[in-house]
Amino acid sequence: MNASLSWIKAYVPDLDVSAQEFTDAMTLSGSKVEGFTKLDADLEQIIIGRIEKIERHPDADKLIVCQVNVGKDENIQIVTGAPNVKEGDKIPVVVDGGRVAGGHDGKMTPGGIKIKKGKLRGIESNGMMCSIEELGSSRDMYPEAPELGIYIFPEDAKIGADAIEALGLRDVVFEFEITSNRVDCYSILGLAREAAATFRKEYKAPAVDVRGSGDDVNNYIKVEVKDSKLCPRYCARVVKNIKLAPSPEWMQRRLASVGIRPINNVVDITNYVMEEYGQPMHAYDLDTIADHRIVVRRAEKDEKFVTLDGQERTMDESVLMICDGEKAVGMAGIMGGENSMITDEVHTMLFEAACFDGTNIRLSSKKVGLRTEASGKFEKGLDPNNAKEAINRACQLIEELGVGEVVDGMVDVYEDEREPVRVLFEPARINALLGTELSAEQMLSYFEPLGLQYDEKSGELTVPTFRQDLLCTADIAEEVARFYGYDNIPTTLPRGEATTGKLPFYLRVEAVARDIAEFSGFSQGMHYSFESPKVFDRLMLPADAPERQAVVISNPLGEDFSIMRTVSLNGMLTSLATNYNRRNKNVRLYELGNIYLPKTLPLQELPDERMQFTLGMYGDGDFFTMKGVVEEFLDKIGMHKKETYDPKSGKPFLHPGRQADIIYDDVKIGYMGEVHPTVAASYGIGERAYVAVLDMPSIVEKATFERKYEGIARFPAVTRDISMVVSKNILVGQIEEIIALRGGKILESCELFDVYEGEQIQEGYKSVAYSIVFRAKDKTLEETEITEVMNKILNGLQSLGAELRQ
Amino acid sequence: MKERLQKIREEAISRIKASKNPEALNDVRVSILGKKGELTALLKSMKEIAPEDRPAFGQLVNDTRAEIEHVMEDAKKQMERMLLEMKLKTEVIDVTLPAKKNGVGHRHPNTIALEEVERIFIGMGYEVIEGPEVEYDLYNFEKLNIPANHPAKDEQDTFYINKEIVLRTQTSPVQARIMEKGKLPIRMISPGRVFRSDEVDATHSPSFHQIEGLVIDKNITFADLKGTLEEFAKELFGEDTKTKFRPHHFPFTEPSAEVDVSCFKCGGKGCRFCKGSGWIEILGCGMVHPHVLEMCGIDPEAYTGFAFGVGLERIALLKYEIDDMRLLYENDIRFLRQF
Repeated sequence: MNASLSWIKAYVPDLDVSAQEFTDAMTLSGSKVEGFTKLDADLEQIIIGRIEKIERHPDADKLIVCQVNVGKDENIQIVTGAPNVKEGDKIPVVVDGGRVAGGHDGKMTPGGIKIKKGKLRGIESNGMMCSIEELGSSRDMYPEAPELGIYIFPEDAKIGADAIEALGLRDVVFEFEITSNRVDCYSILGLAREAAATFRKEYKAPAVDVRGSGDDVNNYIKVEVKDSKLCPRYCARVVKNIKLAPSPEWMQRRLASVGIRPINNVVDITNYVMEEYGQPMHAYDLDTIADHRIVVRRAEKDEKFVTLDGQERTMDESVLMICDGEKAVGMAGIMGGENSMITDEVHTMLFEAACFDGTNIRLSSKKVGLRTEASGKFEKGLDPNNAKEAINRACQLIEELGVGEVVDGMVDVYEDEREPVRVLFEPARINALLGTELSAEQMLSYFEPLGLQYDEKSGELTVPTFRQDLLCTADIAEEVARFYGYDNIPTTLPRGEATTGKLPFYLRVEAVARDIAEFSGFSQGMHYSFESPKVFDRLMLPADAPERQAVVISNPLGEDFSIMRTVSLNGMLTSLATNYNRRNKNVRLYELGNIYLPKTLPLQELPDERMQFTLGMYGDGDFFTMKGVVEEFLDKIGMHKKETYDPKSGKPFLHPGRQADIIYDDVKIGYMGEVHPTVAASYGIGERAYVAVLDMPSIVEKATFERKYEGIARFPAVTRDISMVVSKNILVGQIEEIIALRGGKILESCELFDVYEGEQIQEGYKSVAYSIVFRAKDKTLEETEITEVMNKILNGLQSLGAELRQ
Repeated sequence: MKERLQKIREEAISRIKASKNPEALNDVRVSILGKKGELTALLKSMKEIAPEDRPAFGQLVNDTRAEIEHVMEDAKKQMERMLLEMKLKTEVIDVTLPAKKNGVGHRHPNTIALEEVERIFIGMGYEVIEGPEVEYDLYNFEKLNIPANHPAKDEQDTFYINKEIVLRTQTSPVQARIMEKGKLPIRMISPGRVFRSDEVDATHSPSFHQIEGLVIDKNITFADLKGTLEEFAKELFGEDTKTKFRPHHFPFTEPSAEVDVSCFKCGGKGCRFCKGSGWIEILGCGMVHPHVLEMCGIDPEAYTGFAFGVGLERIALLKYEIDDMRLLYENDIRFLRQF
């Protein structure tokens, strides 16, 4: 919402503030000013002059030399190429050292352009005559300005006067951010009321008085509202003997200041009242209204209607239409029809100021794909009590501007009059909510300028109907706070029962995940939760893969963001590829983010959101580097049992010979592996890449921060090295399982120190060597005990077909 | 015999003094003091001495042995000192040679900002509680005083799964979930991911993070809200930070406010960072609307509370001077390494 200072001052005459003061104070009282534009910011030393004499330039066909009277002793000589000026014209002149806002082509120059005297083709020129564009505006806003050339003032303009002032450019336009609850502030009057309350000045609403020209509106129009829920009020007045003409300068200037293009007196009056009162209006050519009857009804299904922009649009039953005795003549609250619009031939006019259901207008405007200034206002839900005042104001202006004769009386269909809300005035509760100690009198002093009336007998406040946001004590408390000043409210800290600040357990586990990942060289990335369904193909998931069962967004930003991810890898691979593309070497990334697994499809309850700890890397390191990170993480969160790895994890996006499910305590807690070369290539990663994905909910169940000291071994350890040849198909995991199982209590550790395939070893076999450490907690081990256990282990290994080497 | 002893002593001492290394010293020890050494041999030849002189002579030999041992010990220490000195001299390194690094990874700026915020509020007795990212319309809107067809629903450009389920547009639904549980008082913050259908550009992302705060107790006031957030802003942006509360509107709080902090780059003088205003908007807040309390089963006559919501990216972008939001989701290692 834009509003100029001069327009606001029209209703708060005593307001005397700078643009910055106004901005700060209004923002602090709740009408946020986003910024302001001083219309004269780049204009300096521009005065009204009269061209006394024009001569041709001796050396240039297209230039003329003008002697301009600017009210000084001597005329100024100005050379110009403008085609439209003649002797006697009054024009804006920027004198030597002044500034204009832009070029005559309408391009603005930030900071303006300084004008200096100089010579044009050898003839001295001591200033410049200005076009409206050079003054920072346009013909849209100043329709009387010539298409090409210098702006010409009316005859009565005063020579030597400030041209900027004369053009209404000594003004500031504020841009307000109005919150959706303050519908009343989408109007100049609403803002003026706020300004008056903020600066404690008197608010003077326009005195509305329509003289009328006799006759009776009921002789001209009948109105029938068939859906009073969608149209709570419909006011109509009639104006006859219309004379279309440009509206007066003052009205044009005010409209221009808030960015509305002046058209003619009738259109300008409706726009003016819409800005002033926040009430959109519509004017119909009464002679096009069949039977002189207005019927407000819902459209029929697929009803076609041509709006005044010439577009044919299709309605449905939810759209409210304004109709005459035969046909539709307007889409309620959105746009009038081509068939009833005001043309230059208009003789009698029907003015409509109605109130429509905001939600309905919003939905209809969406449905039809047409959003207008009017629908934008209506959809916020207007106060029906405003309509009457607004239509009368419009009629008053009709009379003042001599546009036509206003017929006496108004048709007002208003079944269910909106009554003001009454709220109990509870100063103690207000103080308790705000943490203040204000007196009731002080609070009441804030209410008066806002139009809230206090009834001492009932102890109630009567809220004017335009303040639809004031319904309960909390709302009233905000009014008190706004005008007492949020700044003046004290600052305290909550007292009362002490509470313990804490992170839940699972978040502490996640914190360890971050620490370990980072200690291991992985940096944290973040990825979107939604992705393209094409991801499944890229990951080579078969058609029936459960991962393809994803939650689908019904109104996504496009297919690429249309499903909630069920696998965390796509984001990771994309980021690795981005880094690879940018030639970053040795990249390690991790992510903690959810996947979303639907319990049923279509979704009936919320999906299972599972936090995934995803690690990805390329460059230095391999499968076992990744495995080390996983195991150190698990160890750090108290998962000290031995993980097992099942190579049959069956992930199509991983290298078939280099992948494993990670199993802990018989539960699958994740998977890891080398990215399948085809998948890596399709993402554009030109190196071997490794990933690990840990399912945090599964891990959190097993994690613990409990620790127990088990003592430091006091008795000596005995180490036995064994070396064996086994079939290549045997996993060292299987060997370790046997050693662990058969080593019993005295087995402290077993460490693989050599795996070898090649020369001296038969094809299809490998040599594996372990260093096994035994220790007892309570004594020094005897040789016989060790031999016994070793024999058990060796027997076990032989069952795997291992051949021991001495 | 005495002369022989004297000779052994003199020879031993002169050989010790002449020893250039520990090996030479050891040779002296072996040849003089060892089992087959000269001194030992001398002792063995004691029987040549008259029995009554033997104790005195034995004493003499032992004294001599002690003396030689003492000299030898001194010489050894001296030698070790010299050797150590030499070793240290030869082992001088260039300490300016490059470090051998482990290559530690870096935390995402969002997380760093989040941990800061969490630290501050945990210190004030707040519990961290998360809620679902895919959420019922009921919690995301209705229980927050945003009924069906409310314009705020449009303003928030919601991603819908179906009529009842949405991608949450704010972390505020967690408020409703926690209040419904009915355990009072409440002091919680709830960080998490939220979604709005904004196209990706330098200042917008369809997915970003918020941190919700909620306090419900008896006698909670707007002044408490101000005090709490002032404290928070000072912790986060520095002791000199000023806060400004501006009236605003949120459907689920009343009175509501937006909070600006004095620009932490220029201290409020006005710079390109704060677009010359000296202030930076960082959060929205207010007193929990009585309807919301009621809808969540809390008696608004007995309890009041405040709530606030902070944009995490906003803080991260401001604090670390990141000029493009897209960088946060690109995960270029050269970006991440700067945090």
